[in-house]
Amino acid sequence: MRAILALADGTVYEGEAFGATTTTVGEVVFNTGMTGYQEALTDPSYAGQLLCLTYPLIGNYGINADDVESKQIQVAGFVVRRLADVYSNWRANESLDGFLRRQGIPGISGVDTRALTRRLRHEGVMMGALGIGDVIADDLIARLNDRANAYDQIDWVRRVTTSKPYSWGPDEGSARFRVSVLDCGIKYNILRELAALGVRATVFPATATADQMLADDPDGLFLSPGPGDPALLGYAVDTVQAVAHSGKPVMGICLGNQLLGCAFGGKTFKLPFGHRGANHPVKDLPTGRVVITSQNHGYALDANSLPSDSVSVTQINLNDGTVEGLQHRELPVFSIQYHPEASPGPRDSTFYFERFIDLMEARR
Amino acid sequence: MPKRQDIHKVMVIGSGPIVIGQAAEFDYAGAQACRALREEGCFVILVNSNPATIMTDVEMADRVYIEPLTVEFLEKIIARERPDGLVPTLGGQTGLNLATALANAGILEKYNVELLGTPLSTIAKAEDRELFRGLMREIGEPVPESFIIGSDEELEELSRRDGLPWPLIVRPAYTLGGSGGGIAANPAELMEIGGRGIRLSPVSQVMVERCLVGWKEVEYEVMRDANDTCITICNMENLDPMGVHTGDSMVVAPSQTLSDKEYQMLRTASLKIIRSLGIEGGCNVQLALDPKSFGYYIIEVNPRVSRSSALASKATGYPIARVAAKIAVGLHLDEIENKVTGKTLACFEPALDYCVVKIPRWPFDKFTTADRRITTQMKATGEVMALDRSFESALMKAVRSLEIGAISLRYKGASLWSDMQIETLLKTPTDERLFVIAEAFRRGMMVEEIAPLCHFDRWFLVKIRNLVEMESALSECGAGIVTDAGKDVLEAAKRMGYPDRTIADLTGKTEHEIRTYRKGIGLIPVYKIVDTCAAEFEAQTPYFYSCYDSESER
Repeated sequence: MRAILALADGTVYEGEAFGATTTTVGEVVFNTGMTGYQEALTDPSYAGQLLCLTYPLIGNYGINADDVESKQIQVAGFVVRRLADVYSNWRANESLDGFLRRQGIPGISGVDTRALTRRLRHEGVMMGALGIGDVIADDLIARLNDRANAYDQIDWVRRVTTSKPYSWGPDEGSARFRVSVLDCGIKYNILRELAALGVRATVFPATATADQMLADDPDGLFLSPGPGDPALLGYAVDTVQAVAHSGKPVMGICLGNQLLGCAFGGKTFKLPFGHRGANHPVKDLPTGRVVITSQNHGYALDANSLPSDSVSVTQINLNDGTVEGLQHRELPVFSIQYHPEASPGPRDSTFYFERFIDLMEARR
Repeated sequence: MPKRQDIHKVMVIGSGPIVIGQAAEFDYAGAQACRALREEGCFVILVNSNPATIMTDVEMADRVYIEPLTVEFLEKIIARERPDGLVPTLGGQTGLNLATALANAGILEKYNVELLGTPLSTIAKAEDRELFRGLMREIGEPVPESFIIGSDEELEELSRRDGLPWPLIVRPAYTLGGSGGGIAANPAELMEIGGRGIRLSPVSQVMVERCLVGWKEVEYEVMRDANDTCITICNMENLDPMGVHTGDSMVVAPSQTLSDKEYQMLRTASLKIIRSLGIEGGCNVQLALDPKSFGYYIIEVNPRVSRSSALASKATGYPIARVAAKIAVGLHLDEIENKVTGKTLACFEPALDYCVVKIPRWPFDKFTTADRRITTQMKATGEVMALDRSFESALMKAVRSLEIGAISLRYKGASLWSDMQIETLLKTPTDERLFVIAEAFRRGMMVEEIAPLCHFDRWFLVKIRNLVEMESALSECGAGIVTDAGKDVLEAAKRMGYPDRTIADLTGKTEHEIRTYRKGIGLIPVYKIVDTCAAEFEAQTPYFYSCYDSESER
């Protein structure tokens, strides 16, 4: 079946429909990773977005039961150059097409994804609509003018966060540490990495208060990644401000990094086309060493807005110099903008979870 | 750290005459390195015995010597030129062996010449099987069971041992392209292949190990600088599974059938290895991956710019030899510019937005009586590479590039093979294997029947089947191909890489008719740029490939 992807600037791409046959609207973004579509599709930080992968052959290794990063597909729609006609991998038990269909998410294949990516690079990310069948491009574009649909106006965190607290990892008896997690869009692999280090995580809704998170006297606090504009998350910034000053070790990833920056008085801004991929070089300023990182964010902290007397920028992105890591000068609080939990992407910086453990160990 | 100030004169050793396993790729690497070193203000002294090389152009180096690549001649040149340093890892195995010999003979010390980049102890650790296995055990990376055999007596003793994991693979130490190796299914074959290997190895040594036939073979090209920053440039998946030398394998980049978990598992292992070896420059890691579990083994590490590096460089747009040369004189990865974008640095991992296929080129058209079987001993004399937006079209372009008279998977003589011959040829790889698989599909064999015979992943087999099915679709279409009714088939055929001539043959039209109609409906290729970054940044270099897609770049 025919499908079209229409951008807010009027550009229209034609292709073939796959997955669910519904119409959808979202912010169109691209990711340059060559593997990891299952992890990306289920990453809550892609909520409200139409994800385009720049690698042209997608679906080759199918979908398996293990590589999910949340309980469902999170993207609004999926854009690929070529959908695999068969999948082949020993763990796969479902096709990509079947996965999207089963979860009601539409996809479009046959799009010149490189042309689309070049457009987004030049013009910046923009809203887009994906329609199926005999849908008319102008009707789709009209939908994009509705401000209610605008990605930047929606608090996506409230839509992806857990509705009530839950626990993950070793049970109370065998856990080495207990950590309260602020769920703005947590990825399972963060919880898996923490659990592997003996952490029992209690995951709280993004609207939880600091008192609720600290009530059980946890060993540390963790601030998750998540979708959307941090400027809409005043309630979470309040919580983060309080937990950061509790004296307990705090680690933040991605949106967690931005919330911490905001809690210390910083500001965020929107990147022209975001950082999404598995090849971003990040320089650790104290050691001068560079790690290749997995990234997925559309906003960044403004380094000049941060109070340099209390917070230091410890890492920067080598491509555009943006903030990639913070360390509080006195408190046991640090954060990173990229994804040490990988999934998808390189596992070069998983040691940050150990650093968090060390901070908690030191306070015993 | 900026370029070292104590290095002014640098010697580069070329790789000598073109032989199987060591061809023009080392001229390419050496020439790139000479240019990179001169950019850094080094005075470059080049030695090579092969005049048909770009690196021996007088513009490439400050001093060019065309002399025999022997320790004696190199010592005379060193005595005359007194270089500060020597880069050993850019001239293939020949350059590396000579640098080792010069060091062992005390010549480097005598003239105060420093080996730049990867230290000698590292080279020994990577090249000496026992040292390498010891190191792998130390860092917890799995290596297949293996025995080092240094004499016919030891070989005989091994062949009589109980409980060996037959079949066994035999690899002679320090030979080019693994020459002299093979797979032994029983003690008699082990004696024959092992004995030959011992005589061919310059150190009279062979390695006998667990045979991983049927496992996927995957390679990673990795780089490391003196500050311990490590990156991977590219991974590559062999279509031919373990048992066929990588130089004789069809290869695709990036890998197609590995999930992110598998991709990252092997990437992490490759980085762990380059770190533990302490390589400063480029390195190639070959791994075997079980197609049915997360099990893998480290097969081999080349502590230098290798044959695969040239492929990886052209496949990604990332100049491996250039960057390796700069690392050798002290620069860190984040101090080297990515010339493709002009904005970003060499410290990143290329993202591909196309598919790369390499097919080896064998010389059997010249040596008609030679044994066409391909095994662990490399026989290809060259290779072709093709880029496109789909695997099928990249494969079709590569086939045409081979210049063996085939312009698609339709192969002269294929119809003469008996069904039994086809089965044998699927089991026993030869240079014709790709065409044998296509013919098997033409005769109605199923993916499930072909896969156990040739051990290709079914994903690749289905792609070959797609191409064969297009042959029948075109035949069925007939003259209708140049009408509205045949438009979709024509478009699909072009996207799959079908040339007009084959379309004409299959539909009964002329090539001219096909082309005229095609151009009339605007079905023409566009050109896209190889930019190392999948369009995330603007590219400055004019490196293009054609494809049937919508937008052309210039």
